[in-house]
Amino acid sequence: MNLYREQGVVLRTWKLGEADRIVVLLTQGEGKVRAVAKGVRKTKSRFGGRLEPFSHVDLSLYRGRELDIVTQAEVITPFRALREDYDRVVAGTAMLEAVDQVAQEREAAIRLYLLLVRALRALDGGPRDPSVVLDAFLLKLMALEGYRPALAECAGCGARGQPRCFSIARGGGLCERCRTGQESTLDAATMPLLAALLGDDLDTTATAEPAPASRREAGALVKGYVEYHLDRRLRAYPLVAR
Amino acid sequence: MYEGPVQDLIDELGRLPGIGPKSAQRLAFHILKVETVDAERLARAITEVKARVHFCRVCWNVAEGDLCRICKDTRRDPSLVCVVEEPRDLVAIERTQEFRGRYHVLGGAISPIEGIGPDDLRIRELLSRLEPDAIREVILATNPNIEGEATAMYLARLLNPLGVRVTRIASGLPVGGDLEYADEVTLGRAFAGRREMPV
Ligand SMILES: [Zn+2]
Ligand SMILES: [Zn+2]
Repeated sequence: MNLYREQGVVLRTWKLGEADRIVVLLTQGEGKVRAVAKGVRKTKSRFGGRLEPFSHVDLSLYRGRELDIVTQAEVITPFRALREDYDRVVAGTAMLEAVDQVAQEREAAIRLYLLLVRALRALDGGPRDPSVVLDAFLLKLMALEGYRPALAECAGCGARGQPRCFSIARGGGLCERCRTGQESTLDAATMPLLAALLGDDLDTTATAEPAPASRREAGALVKGYVEYHLDRRLRAYPLVAR
Repeated sequence: MYEGPVQDLIDELGRLPGIGPKSAQRLAFHILKVETVDAERLARAITEVKARVHFCRVCWNVAEGDLCRICKDTRRDPSLVCVVEEPRDLVAIERTQEFRGRYHVLGGAISPIEGIGPDDLRIRELLSRLEPDAIREVILATNPNIEGEATAMYLARLLNPLGVRVTRIASGLPVGGDLEYADEVTLGRAFAGRREMPV
């Protein structure tokens, strides 16, 4: 059967010709899907605002050789509050960008999909600080992709106890015996903050308001960690207000 | 592959947006066929546009000389400024004949996914116009898509504390369209932007 149905989130869009758009989606069952939405840029298109980034939609698609074709799209969650706040849009875009980089085409991505939808819900619900929700999301994303950072033990020898320094390349905190001296000593609240961002559910994180010093340190480590292990530069991340 | 100058022309035409190798070839052979005077007129138009057209030093619209024709027109209200992404948006608004103020062309929109932030647009240039032009109202006419909305939200937050009235062009249903075909986002916006009916 060449027609299939999926739930998905629009990650990004590209213009195609005069009136069409290529829509990149993360779906539950098919992972990353690239599909054409025909006539979507015309003002009378039925799809209209349903296929913009952040759109959480129920889709019918025709399977194509290179690109699928969207035949129907119904909105599941409009994420209207998210779309109407600049800081949340920028933080949310950084999430979409990271998902676009890790998602594989034609490979079920149920956990990734659920993580993204929950994170967008948390942003939509009015978090204290959208950038904190973004960092929590990125740490959870890295864990899901097999790069869970060591935060409650040493990434070098496995010794228990919260480390006071962090090595991006070695994948987490280092104990006093394993550190090389290159790693700077962190603010006392930074490692506990990273551990909370990774471990807490996103609704809890949405109410958190960490101290600025550890907040800044954690942000820099999260960005460095993601960029190093995915071997990609995050474009939207530096535009997030902190 | 063709003889030197023909292939050069095909290559140059092929660099234009939306022109594939096949179209470039078709255009090149069309140019070969036309009268010399016609081909020279085209060549001159291209040279002239690059030599004579610049950006207006006030609003960044395309301009012949220092100021564009709108900034030169003293009948247009300088205290009313409409912010657009590109010169072609300005042209579209001019066609409505609804607006008698001036413009500011940002040169794009904030696009986090492309790494394009506020510093990459002509926002500082807009701020520097507020005082000398005694701007009372800034109308945000960026596109109603994710980038245009982000740009409008950013500018509103920046300008509001400066005592300037900030308005956003309405978005909603297309004239001549059917309500039942509208998507939820557009229809939702149309509801949020409803206004009193004049009686
Ligand atoms: Zn160790
Ligand atoms: Zn001008």
